[in-house]
Amino acid sequence: MGALTIKNVCKSYGPVDILKGIDIDIQAGEFLILVGPSGCGKSTLLNMIAGLDGITSGEIQIDGRVVNNLPPKDRDIAMVFQSYALYPNMNIRRNISFGLEIRKVPKSEQDRIVNEVASMLQIDNLLDRKPSQLSGGQRQRVAMGRALARKPALYLFDEPLSNLDAKLRVDMRTEIKMLHERLKTTIVYVTHDQIEAMTLADKIAVMKGGIVQQFGSPRQLYDDPSNMFVAGFMGSPSMNFVPCKVVDMGNEAGVEIDGGAGTFRLPIKSNQLKSSVGQEVMLGIRPEKVTHKIESHLEDPNFHLAKCRVSIKEPTGPDTHIFVHMNGAKVVCRSNPDSAKEPGEEMEMMFDLSKMVFFDPKTEERLV
Amino acid sequence: MSSFSADTPHSSSTMGRIFIYGILLIVAGYFLLPLIVMLFTSVKSMEEIRTGSLISFPTSITFEAWSKAWSSACTGVECSGLSGYFWNSVWLVTPTVTISTFLGALNGYVLTKWNFKGANVFFSMLLIGCFIPFQVILLPMARTLGFLGLAGTTTGLIMVHIIYGLSFTTLFFRNFYVSIPNELVKAAKIDGAGFFMIFWKIMLPLSIPIIVVSVIWQFTQIWNDFLFGVVFSAGEAQPITVALNNLVNTSTGVKEYNVDMAAAIIAALPTLFVYVVAGKYFVRGLTAGAVKG
Repeated sequence: MGALTIKNVCKSYGPVDILKGIDIDIQAGEFLILVGPSGCGKSTLLNMIAGLDGITSGEIQIDGRVVNNLPPKDRDIAMVFQSYALYPNMNIRRNISFGLEIRKVPKSEQDRIVNEVASMLQIDNLLDRKPSQLSGGQRQRVAMGRALARKPALYLFDEPLSNLDAKLRVDMRTEIKMLHERLKTTIVYVTHDQIEAMTLADKIAVMKGGIVQQFGSPRQLYDDPSNMFVAGFMGSPSMNFVPCKVVDMGNEAGVEIDGGAGTFRLPIKSNQLKSSVGQEVMLGIRPEKVTHKIESHLEDPNFHLAKCRVSIKEPTGPDTHIFVHMNGAKVVCRSNPDSAKEPGEEMEMMFDLSKMVFFDPKTEERLV
Repeated sequence: MSSFSADTPHSSSTMGRIFIYGILLIVAGYFLLPLIVMLFTSVKSMEEIRTGSLISFPTSITFEAWSKAWSSACTGVECSGLSGYFWNSVWLVTPTVTISTFLGALNGYVLTKWNFKGANVFFSMLLIGCFIPFQVILLPMARTLGFLGLAGTTTGLIMVHIIYGLSFTTLFFRNFYVSIPNELVKAAKIDGAGFFMIFWKIMLPLSIPIIVVSVIWQFTQIWNDFLFGVVFSAGEAQPITVALNNLVNTSTGVKEYNVDMAAAIIAALPTLFVYVVAGKYFVRGLTAGAVKG
């Protein structure tokens, strides 16, 4: 079980800076997810933790030990690759035991570990086959088994589920979660899928352009995004952004919005932005915080009703997504299917004022 | 191919088949003709060669010419047949093919999986080696061998062939290894395997198809080589191609066509044998990089 500390790590290839000062710190037993769009440097960072790639400056510690100059085999890590990277010429048993063999673990001990891992992952009956005879999901399990066999301080997962079909991906996601609950291992997991990040992680680092945009628990990132990128990246459908002007509403500041059925004003709670009256801001609100009228919330001062005009309606089954234009920006609202109105009609939408966040439209940073 | 005949009526498809196979037979016969002539001539007696026509069936089969070519025909002043030279070639080809294939594999492995600065330049320079004609390196190589004290020895000839073949074997293996995912090497590194461990336990076992290609290529090239053999070896150490040339050009009165033909077939048999045994892997290996299974 190992903690991982990454201090001001930079990486550049010639003049190109790939990583620009990464700081991440997790406790032993935590599940860290590195998430971000393609080319954000998350896989590079993982390779550097593994020791497959050197760092330009900074420090990486595994279990309190600086590993900057250690080769991968001395870092006490195991890795699961996107393509699984099973050795095609060896059967499953040898694939799992190869690392033990190299480390000169006695044969009887190897057999015991292989059998233990195989039964944990339910691949006992596959041990004598070659990787080419397995399905994608089975290969995935073997790749995990190979990592588990060595019981390292740190497990690294490089987009392990992205080669699986949608259904299997959800199943394996749950299994990885269960495995983590059971073994309490420290895991660093790279993905570009924000749902995987939300469901699996104890801590998430959202990366873009070689910089950690925000590091925190899934809840923190979802409710308290530090900039528009994080806000838009986490959650599906993603957060709505409405450009609007701050207005004075007597006791508090508010924002003015035209929802296609007349303008209305939403008060901003907890005395935020009172000094910014007259300025342009970007309102961020999640689809599930703009809903149909919910009777039980009518008395709550945190909820506000306003009329908007429906442009499109998308039924998804449990909810219906209502598309509304507010100040020209497209806004998705999550409504109960029974309350959803038809396109062109006016509909009363209920805003959860306590969950509104505001960004500077120029810097895209969060406003206090 | 089968799909275009599927929707045509039965009779015309049969006619088409007959036509296609007819053409194939004619073309195959055309290509086989020289070999057939050689084979027929080699089992005829001199008497029959003088009186019969070139492509007529032998009336009585005799292996005298074969045994003479193998053990008593004159190659210059020496009259002991090709047998000694045959084994010369075997001893020349075996280490040369093994070493150049092994080094090619190692080169390809380093060039694709252990990228170093200037790897591409290095590879481009090696590639140029594939386009250098034999004749160009004769003189510099002769000087080098003389300098190393290897002139006129089998070791020297082996060295020349290894160096010349390296460009080709490296090219084969490099292109093959490019299609093997790098993650495999990364996984092995994390499992704790080092440079040679990964090479022996992971890369080489995956390389069978390309090893076959490399072996066939090198075997054919070196076995059939005449120029290097005639320039860099002397006397007893000469390979079979040089001996064959001497045998055919040595005339003591009558030109023994049957012995010449038998000798030529003996010289060509090993390459034929290699193709027959490993030919299907050859085609498979050449296309292995293109279509991943």
